[in-house]
Amino acid sequence: MMDAGRHPRIQLLVNSEVEDITGFVGNYRAAVRQHAQYVDASECTSCGDCGDVCPVVVPDEYQQGFSSRRAIYLPFPQAVPASYYLDADNCLGFNPIACGKCFEACEKKCIDFDVRDEVLDLEVGAVIVATGMEPYDPRPYDEYGYTRFENVITSMEFERLICAGGPTAGELKRPTDGAIPQRIGFIQCVGSRSPNRGVPYCSNICCMNTVKQTLQIAEHYPESQQKVFYIDIRAFGKGFEDMYRRSREEGVDYVRGLPGSVEEDPQTRDLVIHVENTLTGKREEHRLDMLVLATGLVPRKLNGSGTRSVDEILSLSHTSDGFLMEAHPKLKPVDAPTRGVYFAGCAEAPKDVKDSVTQAGAAASRAGNLLGAGQVRIEAITARLVEDLCAQCKICANVCPFNAVVEANKKQSIYPDFIEAACAGCGTCAAECPFDAIVMRHFEDAQITAQIDAILADDAMSKIVAFACNWCSYAGGDTAGTSRLQYPPAIRLIRTMCSGRVDQKFIWHAFEQGAPMVLVSGCHFSDCHYIDAVTWTQRRVEKVWTQMEKLGIRPERLQLEWISAAEGQKFARVMRELDIMLRSISEQEVAETVEILKKKRPGAPKIVAPTAQPLASAPA
Amino acid sequence: MSDETLRIGVFVCDCGHNIAGIVDTEEVARCAAELPDVVTVVKNRYTCADPGQNEIKKAIAEHRLNRVVIASCTPKIHEPTFRNCVAEAGLNPYLMEMANIREHCSWVHMKDREGATAKAKDLVSSAVGRARRLEPQDEKVFPVTNAALVIGGGVAGIEAALELADGGHQVYLVEKGPSIGGIMSALDKTFPTMDCSI
Repeated sequence: MMDAGRHPRIQLLVNSEVEDITGFVGNYRAAVRQHAQYVDASECTSCGDCGDVCPVVVPDEYQQGFSSRRAIYLPFPQAVPASYYLDADNCLGFNPIACGKCFEACEKKCIDFDVRDEVLDLEVGAVIVATGMEPYDPRPYDEYGYTRFENVITSMEFERLICAGGPTAGELKRPTDGAIPQRIGFIQCVGSRSPNRGVPYCSNICCMNTVKQTLQIAEHYPESQQKVFYIDIRAFGKGFEDMYRRSREEGVDYVRGLPGSVEEDPQTRDLVIHVENTLTGKREEHRLDMLVLATGLVPRKLNGSGTRSVDEILSLSHTSDGFLMEAHPKLKPVDAPTRGVYFAGCAEAPKDVKDSVTQAGAAASRAGNLLGAGQVRIEAITARLVEDLCAQCKICANVCPFNAVVEANKKQSIYPDFIEAACAGCGTCAAECPFDAIVMRHFEDAQITAQIDAILADDAMSKIVAFACNWCSYAGGDTAGTSRLQYPPAIRLIRTMCSGRVDQKFIWHAFEQGAPMVLVSGCHFSDCHYIDAVTWTQRRVEKVWTQMEKLGIRPERLQLEWISAAEGQKFARVMRELDIMLRSISEQEVAETVEILKKKRPGAPKIVAPTAQPLASAPA
Repeated sequence: MSDETLRIGVFVCDCGHNIAGIVDTEEVARCAAELPDVVTVVKNRYTCADPGQNEIKKAIAEHRLNRVVIASCTPKIHEPTFRNCVAEAGLNPYLMEMANIREHCSWVHMKDREGATAKAKDLVSSAVGRARRLEPQDEKVFPVTNAALVIGGGVAGIEAALELADGGHQVYLVEKGPSIGGIMSALDKTFPTMDCSI
């Protein structure tokens, strides 16, 4: 911690939140809000005079609420930066000054009530997401009595009680009477491995954390009796089995079975645990002085002061457990699907300190390779304007999520300017351009139409033409594959970078060529890798639905689905559902559609972007 | 390139039993040979392995291929591999196209060999159709800003920041709370070494 605080190349931005990140691999730009620092950390000597005079007393979060702190306080003794911190939410107020006692008490005058938030504009090549996790809140497990019985605590609370720097100076005192508990119990898997309450996965660290805590108690209080109620003890890491064996040798009683209920003796405040020992099949009753709940780990809810979490800002997908999804579970375990973004620590999955450090090293190495290379190649999939076809309608500039299309500077050119470095290649502009004046490199109209034609060349009735975006739906199909989730083989996927690329003429072309069904599939709105390109997909499909209805074509034959990269299950389910729908479409119906479209193929309609200027000058 | 006669090579991968165990790759290869502009079809046990890649390079030289279609796994794994491979043989990497007959076919239609084979043929035909219209592309090279943003000042964020900074890169370590240290700083001791966590 201290090394990070004094490293010349690390700028520490505490009390800060990322508000926005734009750009692309090697060239990101981050807006970081540094909340007002009322205490100048470079001047503060942590003398504590300010805290001594502060009249506000609130529970100390660091000590899990077992002790109190002031509104101006040192977060914990080894805090970095080693500075007092003014908690503006609890301070009596300084604008206008309602108290100001700390200000008067500070000899060095390092408290300044006039500072304001600052938004920093940082240019970076790589981003490492190390946003961590949070412990599970065990209150849904009402039968364990947490919050009803004071002597039932969580494993995090135990950490503070046994710590020399904790509220009891390391004396394990039970909350009701301050007595040293002689009979201590632990319940494992609180919130973990439970599909009904909490989370279905194993939280990875709780078994070993409990084993560690039993050894700490055995060391501090050799006379104590300890019991661990568990389903399985997972001691799989290096040195772990040895620790578990030591714990058993210390006399810790491992009882296989999770308690059904916990009661409190109102006189003694002792706890009575009822459990079925699954090794003997017998019901047992255990009396304890104190009970520790080994709570699991859950994904952190990242919403900060703004409305967008880091996950949303970076369009990061999640696996079904709610943790961040890697680019590949085995081959790219620390890479995000977005190039130049890497994961470290529990944001990706629950893990212990050693694994967090290992992963952080891997993430740093991946980022270091990128930064050290000094340059980065960008896939040649950007938009290009064919000026001869452009009618200067400005739709492209209005729909581009990246502001990569800039309206014409009339002095230089009458055509909009396509900035290649800013273009991310979603293809929304090309799909929305009514004049086919935009070419998406490597995802050109002719290339996609050729795929449709090849698919429908024979036996079209048995096939579903599907467009899937590279990041989510196509990857969701891959997840279904790696998980071996079976579905009928009617679907024929055509990959585009974004569903925003799916021009309505592709859809009409497929129907014209005899497709019984068409699927357009993209990312969930919050996952879209192209900011809001997916909203254009939806609008476009809705327009096609309206047209289909007008033409007498059943709109159900065009389906729209949002499937994330992690949703292999959903992908397979949608494919099964589409297959059932496919059977409801007759050859006659398809033949009629082909006839209808031969007579009147909806051309590119006049599309008015919601934010567009009036298009009076645009030809129809 | 558009004036040039198209000469397409199709490479069908067995991926051991992963594809060939379900999909009749012989049949897929036979059908691919009949597609327009396809001049050679090669079947490999593992196309991504060196011998498989060498077959591709050899075929590009031997048959003067100007388009390559590889029917194997998802492009998300091996598109970079095969782009490099064709580039080493002197072909523009954007003239290579993949058909995903593993994740999107053999692995998800394991009980329908016939359906899976028919689908694989279609996916190859679709890829060949696309390959016929592919154009060479030049990738732009951009400079990289030599700085990293680390979001989160827990043990993982601190470690990543230190590694990068020690490696000579500028690091911005952003932490929401008033101190770095994260959850680990509130732990008394950590397993398996039972030492202080700070």
